[in-house]
Amino acid sequence: MRHGKYPFIIGFLAVPVALYVTFVVAAYLQTFYLSVHQWSGLGPMKYVGFDNFVKIWDDELFWKSIWHHGYLLIALPLVTIAIALFFAFLLNVGGGMKGGTTIGVRGSGFYRVVFFFPQLLALAIVAVIFGRVFASDKSGMLNGLMPDSWAPWLFLADKRWAMTCIVVVLIWQAVGFYVVLFSAGMGAIEHEIYEAAALDGATKFTLFFKITLPLLWNTIQVGWVYLGIAAFDAFALVNIMSVDRGGPDGATSVLAMMIYRNTFDYSQAGYASAIGVVLFFLTLTFAALTLRVTRREAV
Amino acid sequence: MTTSVTSAPAPAAAPTPAQPAKHREVGVLNGIAHIALVFWALVTVGPLIWAVLASFKSNTEIYLGTPFALPEHFSFENYASAWQEAHIGRYFLNSVFVVSLSTAGTMLFGSMAAYVLARYRFRGNRFIYYMFVSGLALPTFMAITPLFYILNNMGLKNTFTGLILVYIAYSLPFTVFFLAAFFKSLPHEIDEAATMDGASHTRKFFQIMMPMAKSGLISITIFNIVGQWNQYLLPVAIMQGAGADSKWVLTQGIASISVQAGYHAEWDVLFAALTLTIIPMIIVYAIFQRQIQAGLTAGAVK
Repeated sequence: MRHGKYPFIIGFLAVPVALYVTFVVAAYLQTFYLSVHQWSGLGPMKYVGFDNFVKIWDDELFWKSIWHHGYLLIALPLVTIAIALFFAFLLNVGGGMKGGTTIGVRGSGFYRVVFFFPQLLALAIVAVIFGRVFASDKSGMLNGLMPDSWAPWLFLADKRWAMTCIVVVLIWQAVGFYVVLFSAGMGAIEHEIYEAAALDGATKFTLFFKITLPLLWNTIQVGWVYLGIAAFDAFALVNIMSVDRGGPDGATSVLAMMIYRNTFDYSQAGYASAIGVVLFFLTLTFAALTLRVTRREAV
Repeated sequence: MTTSVTSAPAPAAAPTPAQPAKHREVGVLNGIAHIALVFWALVTVGPLIWAVLASFKSNTEIYLGTPFALPEHFSFENYASAWQEAHIGRYFLNSVFVVSLSTAGTMLFGSMAAYVLARYRFRGNRFIYYMFVSGLALPTFMAITPLFYILNNMGLKNTFTGLILVYIAYSLPFTVFFLAAFFKSLPHEIDEAATMDGASHTRKFFQIMMPMAKSGLISITIFNIVGQWNQYLLPVAIMQGAGADSKWVLTQGIASISVQAGYHAEWDVLFAALTLTIIPMIIVYAIFQRQIQAGLTAGAVK
């Protein structure tokens, strides 16, 4: 164990640490540095203190984006988890008892395979597909399905509904993953518990709320954190699906989109980085809040 | 697939002969269950089937407002255009090239780092470990602005090398986190026996530890392949500049074809390109369905 330990350790760590420090750590640290500078991406940087943050505070688009993240943060986990729990329950317990164990409804395996597939598709591909599904003329899948006498729905081109379309697509993609995740959790619940409850005459309704849900609480929390993190992203969908990349009129703007456009379209690298810093603190707040809530419930 | 509601209350479903009333309740619930499941299955595959159907249609047919009608005749013209004019084949090969190298690199460097951090004591061990793991909590696009300029200064912007190195670097947090836990759980006895026999540290890693960690390595390999294949933000930020379009990966390529199609409101080729993208995924998924589900949920189940 002794001889050659340090050369070995250094040899094994050198490349991964070098790569990680160069492309990840350095980039994150520079975000903070750039956030207090004005820089077009070329030429000298100008130190401006907290000007960028003041500008963010006064930026109407920023507040719209925050509002959208709030919407995502509530709708995405709530709806996804509710749908996924419902299906996971049907697929694992819904079939009743057989040979002393609970079983899912007929065809459970098939449904699980089908539901999960969207998770495998890149969000970018999903965005392109749904960009067409929601097309505002007859070439769109949904408008095509509607009777000819109806006026076409605008979907993504309608300020009021554009963000909801984005949420729907995120839910569409996520549900299958959480069905599989919750199924794994339900599989770990002792069959005897269901058996005993069923003998006592419990309905499926009672089984779900009195047994499955409480015993699955930890897994559900994991799902909540994952979906919460996803709610701070949504870049691929907004960049590809939305009208005018974040429109119409800022109706689908998210922070990632603002960072991207300020960096590459408006040459405002300093301002973009300042938004990145705000995002950093938002994510951190979310993580801290979740941990806190989780701990309180554990007591 | 039977979806018949009437067949739902299978007699075998109840261990003891149930009361008629109870039986009926089960039947109704089962009926609702099946309707809900079939509904969601349709919602899931509907858009995909629609896209495949449209890929055989002419642009005029797509605008008819009969999304699920069969195409008048199955023409492969759109596919020829998608391949030749829209370069979908090139984007596909670029993705294959980039992801095979970047996943191989991620697994090699990730497992090396994870192994050392999990099983050797040295100063700075915890510091390096937490440095890697903290990357899990941070959103990638927070760093996208400086990352672009770092690559630009190194002359790596718009190169496969740059993209591959960045993929590896941004995959390390999860890979190291997961594999370190895995290596830690491996028994120490074999480790000690190998040392007694005079095996070097490097040999021990490649010939004893790697084979023992096989199941963990497979899960994370699948996780990384899927993650890197589906990556969109990093290539969009890095692969830009003169002649970048010949180096685009699939996600970028499809998005660009979609924008191009929008200029002329001609969607037929886009649907062919989409189908060519989705079909390989369906085939791979059909074969490795179990492993893929395990790999993708690996992070959450732990």
